[in-house]
Amino acid sequence: MTVNTLNAKNLAAPAANVSAYLKSRARWSPFEIAFWVFAFATIWLFPGKHLILKDTAILALFALSLDLILGYAGIISLGQAAFFGLAGYFAGLVAKYGIVNEPVVALVLSGVVAAALGFATSFLVLRGSDLTRLMVTLGVSLMLGEVANRYSNITGGADGLQGVDIEPLFGRFRFDLYGHNGYVYCLSVLFVCFVIVRRIVYSPFGLSLRAVKGNPLRAAAIGIPVKWRLVAIYTVSAGIAGIAGALLTQTTAFCSLDVFSLERSADLLLVLIIGGTGYLYGGLIGAVIYKFLQDWIANLTPQYWQFWIGLVLVVLVLIGRDRMRNWIGTVRGAVAGVGVRLLPRSITLGGAAPDGP
Amino acid sequence: MKIAVKRRYFVAAACAAMAFAAAGGARAQDSVKIGFILPMTGQQQSTGKQIAAAAKLFMAQHGDTVAGKKVELIIKDDGAVPDNTKRIAQDLIVNEKVTFLAGFGVTPAALAVAPLATESKTPEIVTAAGTSIITEKSPYIARTSFTLAQSVVPMADWAAQNGVKKVVSMVSDYGPGIDSENSFKAEFAKQGGQVLDAIRFPLTAPDFAPFLQRAADQKPDAIFVFVPSGQGGVFIKQFVERGLDKAGIKIIGPGDVTDDDLLNGMGDAVLGTITAHIYSADHDSPTNKAFVAAFKKANDGLRPNFMAVSGYDGMHLMYESLQKAGGKTDGDSLIAAAKGMAWESPRGPISIDPDTRDIVQNVYIRKVEKKNGELYNVEFATFPAVKDPIKAAEAK
Amino acid sequence: MLTILFDGVAYGMLLFVLACGLSVTLGLMNFINLAHGAFAMAGGYCTVILVNRIGIPFALGLPIAFLVTALIGGLFERTLYVHVYARDHLDQVLFTIGLVFMSVAAVDYTMGSSQQFVQIPEALQGQFNVFGVGMGKYRLLIIVVCGLLTVSLQLILAKTRFGSRLRAAVDDQRVARGLGINVGAVFAVTFAFGSGLAGLGGALGAEILGLDPTFPLKYMIYFLIVVTVGGTSSITGPFLASILLGIADVAGKYYVPKLGAFVIYAIMIAVLIWRPQGLFARATAR
Repeated sequence: MTVNTLNAKNLAAPAANVSAYLKSRARWSPFEIAFWVFAFATIWLFPGKHLILKDTAILALFALSLDLILGYAGIISLGQAAFFGLAGYFAGLVAKYGIVNEPVVALVLSGVVAAALGFATSFLVLRGSDLTRLMVTLGVSLMLGEVANRYSNITGGADGLQGVDIEPLFGRFRFDLYGHNGYVYCLSVLFVCFVIVRRIVYSPFGLSLRAVKGNPLRAAAIGIPVKWRLVAIYTVSAGIAGIAGALLTQTTAFCSLDVFSLERSADLLLVLIIGGTGYLYGGLIGAVIYKFLQDWIANLTPQYWQFWIGLVLVVLVLIGRDRMRNWIGTVRGAVAGVGVRLLPRSITLGGAAPDGP
Repeated sequence: MKIAVKRRYFVAAACAAMAFAAAGGARAQDSVKIGFILPMTGQQQSTGKQIAAAAKLFMAQHGDTVAGKKVELIIKDDGAVPDNTKRIAQDLIVNEKVTFLAGFGVTPAALAVAPLATESKTPEIVTAAGTSIITEKSPYIARTSFTLAQSVVPMADWAAQNGVKKVVSMVSDYGPGIDSENSFKAEFAKQGGQVLDAIRFPLTAPDFAPFLQRAADQKPDAIFVFVPSGQGGVFIKQFVERGLDKAGIKIIGPGDVTDDDLLNGMGDAVLGTITAHIYSADHDSPTNKAFVAAFKKANDGLRPNFMAVSGYDGMHLMYESLQKAGGKTDGDSLIAAAKGMAWESPRGPISIDPDTRDIVQNVYIRKVEKKNGELYNVEFATFPAVKDPIKAAEAK
Repeated sequence: MLTILFDGVAYGMLLFVLACGLSVTLGLMNFINLAHGAFAMAGGYCTVILVNRIGIPFALGLPIAFLVTALIGGLFERTLYVHVYARDHLDQVLFTIGLVFMSVAAVDYTMGSSQQFVQIPEALQGQFNVFGVGMGKYRLLIIVVCGLLTVSLQLILAKTRFGSRLRAAVDDQRVARGLGINVGAVFAVTFAFGSGLAGLGGALGAEILGLDPTFPLKYMIYFLIVVTVGGTSSITGPFLASILLGIADVAGKYYVPKLGAFVIYAIMIAVLIWRPQGLFARATAR
């Protein structure tokens, strides 16, 4: 559905219809429910894979933050790592110096700190073309990286932040060697954040964002305060990226300069491109595909895995993502026909696009 | 509402998780897995390549059975990104049930794994990273590479005794670099020398020109330099390009600068560079000649460097510990067996210090010379059985 | 002080030769080619093979590196890139990043992972000393070569028929097409030429920037900075931006070494906030 027709519909319909429309859109589809049931089922299904699943959950949350601005507001960014890293260091430092011991509280605080940075830098990204935005956001995260390196007495510099001791969750669940508690924690946080984000994008606010993305001029003309909408969503996105960063620090008890790197933001973009933008599940699915593909290929050939990942990306583009999505749609139809029995295996297929663009 | 559901899930899941945790931890008994975590991609990839090649060579030469157990080598790439290292190490411990963790291209990677080594009682054999503190972070860490101070302190001694009075120190701004700078400053001052300026530049500096100019402007007798293996060539080329060699300034430093792997590509510019290090492919011993020949043969003419020899010795240490522990594969027995182990390595006689689990080895002062048309670090003075000076100073 | 300036100019010139192909591609087809650095790397490795292994003189190696890379660039353009022009930016990023990954691993596999050095002739090593200003001979060569290139590029763009076609295509593709200009062909030639320039830059820069398989990833940011700061509608923009960044980077590192690359990022952000379209951009029709 294009935004223009959506706008027209909104303008034409009375307010009651709009809220009914929103409600119908916001309803959880069976596929979404199946997706999350399966996601939580992985806790019992794959106990040996919790470490990589934990990383995947963090990557998915991180990608979700980018999807929020890219898919819903059309802001392209290579600088999400700035928020990820800042919050990561924040979470590490408060734990190291025993300022905030409860991980959940520290997590929320980290998110707030990152959101504050997001708010402060949002005014920079509101101007310019795609490329300008890419470079400004990238520049911000690289500058933060240099600052963290400069103040190595606080951050540990290139050696990473050492001696972070994370207290057990709720005073009871320690982050164990096997990554079990870490995974459950990350997945739960991912879910909570997802629910919040979902509420945002299906609210009138979210709808107005789509209008802004579609045509900022027209959106402004019908009375949407374009600038403040973008500032708001950018801030929220920063906060979520921050929570992802804090999760990484908390579950690894470690933080290094690498959190600010270009690779981190670039990976994120890849994840989102693979999974698709603008329907919230893109980041989640992309993260699963990217992480497991990378892990699988890297195990086959530790030195040259980049070549095969590169090949996959090139082929993906040459075939065309649209065409792939059509195939997936076909497969999904088939799977849906066969019934719920096959759902768990179809995580990358069936769960793909309950509300696809 | 959703939140409430979630919390129920969470509690249930957490309980289940605890149950899994309790069940885990048993090790397979008939085979022994060695998990190498190395930077096989990214800027440190030559380190990973050398170590992996050396480890494979060792297995090819010494067979894959020790104390009745079959040894299996697992090599994983972490791209020198510490949180990758940590996850891979966890995965190796939990799922592969490795008996040893080994490798670690950079200090943060080794440090990130230290708490895991302690928690799971898995010996962590460091075959590359060179910051002094690493071995203090876990009682299960032993090192077969070197510490920076080990090379730097003899370098400072030698320089002070051979007419170098004023030095500018230039190091990469990270753990090993800072270790080098501090050790050099302290030792050189003790010997009556003067450090005019200490410049630290970012690890990923693409162009050394401005830093070199800054150093040259202070007119030192020598520039003390530490850059990670791989950047040394660019550094020296730019040093020569700037005409600093003609101005009578010497380059001294630990041997990362004149890495054997890269030396031939650096060209004649490096001739005469004096470094202190633990290993040269030119080391004159039958063990080393055999090692170099076998390594070159197995790797298409690639010359082994200090990373390769560290990986080779790491394998030796793990094999011998298994042997000495008589088939026991628990971390405590193995690390106890490793302590005090002494053997003849391609680099000369080495041993593992029973107190610190760090390596004790000869440090050689070398000069780059041309031999049979190839460039080599030719050793001309030896400081025998050097312990890590930073820990030695703390012990006093 | 003047030495710093000199080094900065040399560094900037090098950046310009490396990045100007990228700026033209971006301006002409609105195509984000992150794999540009891979062509630079190809040029560098080509020179290494020619000069070090086969023993061709350095002076001859440079033009050959240019030609070989241009050939590779042209080939890639015709076979692969041509399918991706019409796609959105995200697809282009994905595609070119994929190419970068492949080139990194392929070079690692064929040439090994260690740093490579081009053996430059004795005559180019060392330094001149003019009125107390030390000037590296090699850096002087870079300035001369890059300076000549810039002048001839400017002349080609301004005086030749091809140049006017190219400018027309950059300004408004649709109208240019309507005037009977074969935009596709213009673009293929330009792409090949830009790749060749990158290759030449890689060959010249191996001495200063180093050359290893991670080259395209390491310098991608620098190229992009040059292009965004300079704008994409002319070559003077990227040229001035390169010089500015080169000097700022070198001077920043000389006076405040601890800050490292902070200076160059700060300048980029400041410029982009001040002039989002780039420092020297004209208002574009697009």
